[in-house]
Amino acid sequence: MKVLVAVKRVIDYNVKIRVKADNTGVETANVKMSMNPFDEIAVEEAIRMREKGLATEVIVFSAGPAQCQETIRTALAMGADRGVLVQSDAELQPLAVAKLMKAVVDKEQPGLVIVGKQAIDDDSNQTGQMLAALLGWSQGTFANKLHVVDGSAEVKREVDGGLENIKIKLPAVITTDLRLNEPRYASLPNIMKAKKKPIEVLTADALGVDITPRLKVLKVEEPPKRKSGIKVKTVAELIDKLRNEAGVI
Amino acid sequence: MAVLVVAAHDGKTVRSNVANAVTAASQMDPDVHVLVAGSNAGEAAKSAAAIQSVAKVLQAEDTAYANWVAEDVAPLVVKLAPGYSHVVMAADSVGKNLAPRVAALLDVAQVSEAIKVVSPDTFVRPIYAGNAMATVQTADKIKVVTIRPTNFKAAAGGGGAPIEQIGGTGAGGLAAYVGAELSKSERPELTSAKIVVSGGRGLASGENFKMLEALADKLGAGLGASRAAVDAGYVPNDYQVGQTGKVVAPDLYIAIGISGAIQHLAGMKDSKTIVAINKDEEAPIFQVADYGIVGDLFQIVPELTAAVEKK
Repeated sequence: MKVLVAVKRVIDYNVKIRVKADNTGVETANVKMSMNPFDEIAVEEAIRMREKGLATEVIVFSAGPAQCQETIRTALAMGADRGVLVQSDAELQPLAVAKLMKAVVDKEQPGLVIVGKQAIDDDSNQTGQMLAALLGWSQGTFANKLHVVDGSAEVKREVDGGLENIKIKLPAVITTDLRLNEPRYASLPNIMKAKKKPIEVLTADALGVDITPRLKVLKVEEPPKRKSGIKVKTVAELIDKLRNEAGVI
Repeated sequence: MAVLVVAAHDGKTVRSNVANAVTAASQMDPDVHVLVAGSNAGEAAKSAAAIQSVAKVLQAEDTAYANWVAEDVAPLVVKLAPGYSHVVMAADSVGKNLAPRVAALLDVAQVSEAIKVVSPDTFVRPIYAGNAMATVQTADKIKVVTIRPTNFKAAAGGGGAPIEQIGGTGAGGLAAYVGAELSKSERPELTSAKIVVSGGRGLASGENFKMLEALADKLGAGLGASRAAVDAGYVPNDYQVGQTGKVVAPDLYIAIGISGAIQHLAGMKDSKTIVAINKDEEAPIFQVADYGIVGDLFQIVPELTAAVEKK
């Protein structure tokens, strides 16, 4: 069984983002970019499946500008086998990415797709569920544990009240939550080896997918700032402030 | 055209955030219908009918809907959607699972976690863990929107909307619910609690969270945690407050031993009053706190718990 994972190139999670002065978006020039952290978990899970003999090949998908090849290389250095990039400088929204992924899934016929539950830039939490819908597949979202057995997957999901167990038919789409695994670091020899692994570059046109954005971003603004507070010295002072100034206890 | 709110429920009542979703929906169009899908969902449908400004409740009975399997509920919503201008859900674990599946089947975009309805086609939503706010406009005929409950006031009760029975769409056989391991707690639910006591890595162990439980119980507060505390196994995953966990906006949020990474702040910075207790006076949590105490939490928390008792 082939496993397809998707990786998104996003502003590194440690970077404090800046809203552009003209309110058209967030400044990305000269900003450190990395793989979306949830996608690292997806890559790790797929590699572990191959190491256990549950998967034969791990294919890494990405969509976006040419620099996404670097993100794919990171996944290849972790241990994935080959990459597919749908190269585009246009804005790609979740529905468009799901459609591009569907086209690649139709071609590659993986038995399982694993994606991060959410990208830390647009915080949409949509692509995996949308892909499952477009393929008519089952979905195991917010996975905390994944166990693949005989044509189905047992998924432990992180839900509002705790954990939920479901059993879904394969092929399926899994979206990763934080506790699924701890992604490995790529070793130097593996980074060198990854340079030789193939990355196929495709276009949306060649795949016959319409990627026109459906949502128009009218403006992007800074959130309202909280007024800075005060430090109190004692618990008695804190209680007094909470009771008499804030009126919350 | 009317708005369809898809309501999650426990078989007896709809989730409290449905009342928030109804408020958001009524800002898109005053004609709000609520879909209650389930198996023996009669009581839940009645609780939806009691929400003010709901014009009609649709109750869909099918054993396939008993446990909110998205693969089975999505076809029902898709079948109903063409009669509506909007499909609205709370951005909780049910809505996040189901809404994108519905949107893709309808071939429309989804607006995730709207915090403000600017007009029926324009919404404000947080991006980058709430460090930027995007105003987005959708041109799709049916607009699928999840809303962040803490940003919309809950609609009042006391209503009496009619309940219409509709047929189910059956089970597709793709997915089956096996069971749940839910955290048992007598404390208020995190996302609707008036006061939240939250702990981080500074607690150093799960055992030490008992100290926070004592404080939470005195205050009638919900109990939360940072990602670090959940990852370390001190508390279960459903305690997590933050960008990828739960978003809370209580009257009072007490952050104890939490440094305040931007991912955590994303989940609590809309709280009315924030208190931070941390030994590191440079901790970023103090930048959003109204009241901070720099010191040893193991000394301050018991003192605070004792002092609250005197109230």
